[in-house]
Amino acid sequence: MAFIAEPLARLIGEFNKLPGIGPKSAQRLTYYLLRSPDEEAKALAEAILALKEKIRLCSVCFNITDCEPCPICQDRERDHSKICVVEKPSDILPLERTGKYRGVYHVLHGAISPAQGISPKELRIEELLSRLQDGSVTEVILATNPNLEGEATAMYLRRMILPLGIRISRLARGLPFGAELEYADDVTLSQALEGRQEF
Amino acid sequence: MKGGRNSERIGMGAPRSYQTEAIVIKQIKLGEADKILTIYTPGFGKLKVVAKGACRPGSKLGGNVGPLTYSVMLLARGRNLGIVTQSQTMEGFLALKNDLWRMAYGLYILELIDSFTVENSENRPLFDLLLDTLYQLCRVDSNEIVLRYFELHLLHYLGYRPELHRCVKCNSPLKPVVNFFNSSQGGVLCPRCSQNEPMSRSLSVDALKILRLWQSCDYATAKRVQIKSELSSELEQVLQEYMECLLQRKLRSMTWLRELKNIEPLTRLYVNRRENLLKP
Repeated sequence: MAFIAEPLARLIGEFNKLPGIGPKSAQRLTYYLLRSPDEEAKALAEAILALKEKIRLCSVCFNITDCEPCPICQDRERDHSKICVVEKPSDILPLERTGKYRGVYHVLHGAISPAQGISPKELRIEELLSRLQDGSVTEVILATNPNLEGEATAMYLRRMILPLGIRISRLARGLPFGAELEYADDVTLSQALEGRQEF
Repeated sequence: MKGGRNSERIGMGAPRSYQTEAIVIKQIKLGEADKILTIYTPGFGKLKVVAKGACRPGSKLGGNVGPLTYSVMLLARGRNLGIVTQSQTMEGFLALKNDLWRMAYGLYILELIDSFTVENSENRPLFDLLLDTLYQLCRVDSNEIVLRYFELHLLHYLGYRPELHRCVKCNSPLKPVVNFFNSSQGGVLCPRCSQNEPMSRSLSVDALKILRLWQSCDYATAKRVQIKSELSSELEQVLQEYMECLLQRKLRSMTWLRELKNIEPLTRLYVNRRENLLKP
């Protein structure tokens, strides 16, 4: 892009690397920033720098945080004897929104996927097992996704935690609200039947 | 393996939508809520199709399009990829999905199919073998035998059947002595010919006999064979090396199976004890 000024070309190139941003969108964003007030561009640059400088993983639960340990692990009101294991940091938000869970979390940062070559060593499983060693934890709630990778991870964790004698539970599986029985698959329906409750 | 007939059937002039049986072998996320599925079908071989909205909780496709599922699908022809418009599960293989070991075996089978086949290449016997193998994995405990049987027959249907009766170099009939398997030549070498082939690995008399039997028998007969663990690992290594030589890469799910074998002795005792306690 010799006919475009170097700083412009550089920013277009950087935007272009972002997911979902093509060359046209990258140009549009760059020209927008060029026309916008200096403060706006500075604020964006500072926000990006702060993201990389301040954000880290909590040393206890491996959630994304800007303080050490994260606010959930620091909270003395929460029940630290229950650990809910999730795949990604973004899985914590919907669980917190329910307002039903007052325990703490552990983020694995992925799920076991033999097809993609993701093995247990690449997840934060060792760290979870070492959290369970001191005997203060009484229940581990496996909240991995109800798909093949999530199931494999849950079954693997069960095998590793079972020798420690800690109660292991799994989020219930069944029909989501708004679904239709006619279109439910066999696996979901059979699990919904097995997990039926007194009404 | 050019799928000329299939190309015509899904080419211009074909109906806008068509129905097919399919086994889902792989899925990757596409955007926020869609999935690209790799499916294996009896009439069109391997296909890549889009399942729109399959990641949404209330999706009608949802659980019907996950890997290790045998479904009947209605596919619409898209510009690049077909689109799944309806899917009805025929068999969800729950026994595979609810057991760590069986799931690992099932995923290994799927990876083999995905790695060895090309898109739009019909292979009905291979589809039948795949379906039969998944059912077998649900039923029996001798899963290692099922895997070896599948590997041998997969190689046969794809044109890589290993030569186990005659030396691949001098063509003389093999004698009941320790012979040598050479992956790059696709079969067994007699002791004399193997001297100049440093990449060959020894193949015991029992291993050769079992491979010959499995190559020609059905599942029912194959399962009746009792093999010791050393012989089982010899057979596994021979076929593994041969397949990796053909693919020119390691099989990812085999690495996972090996890892499982390492953790198993530590946990089996505890798992069995706990399950016995939980029994009514």
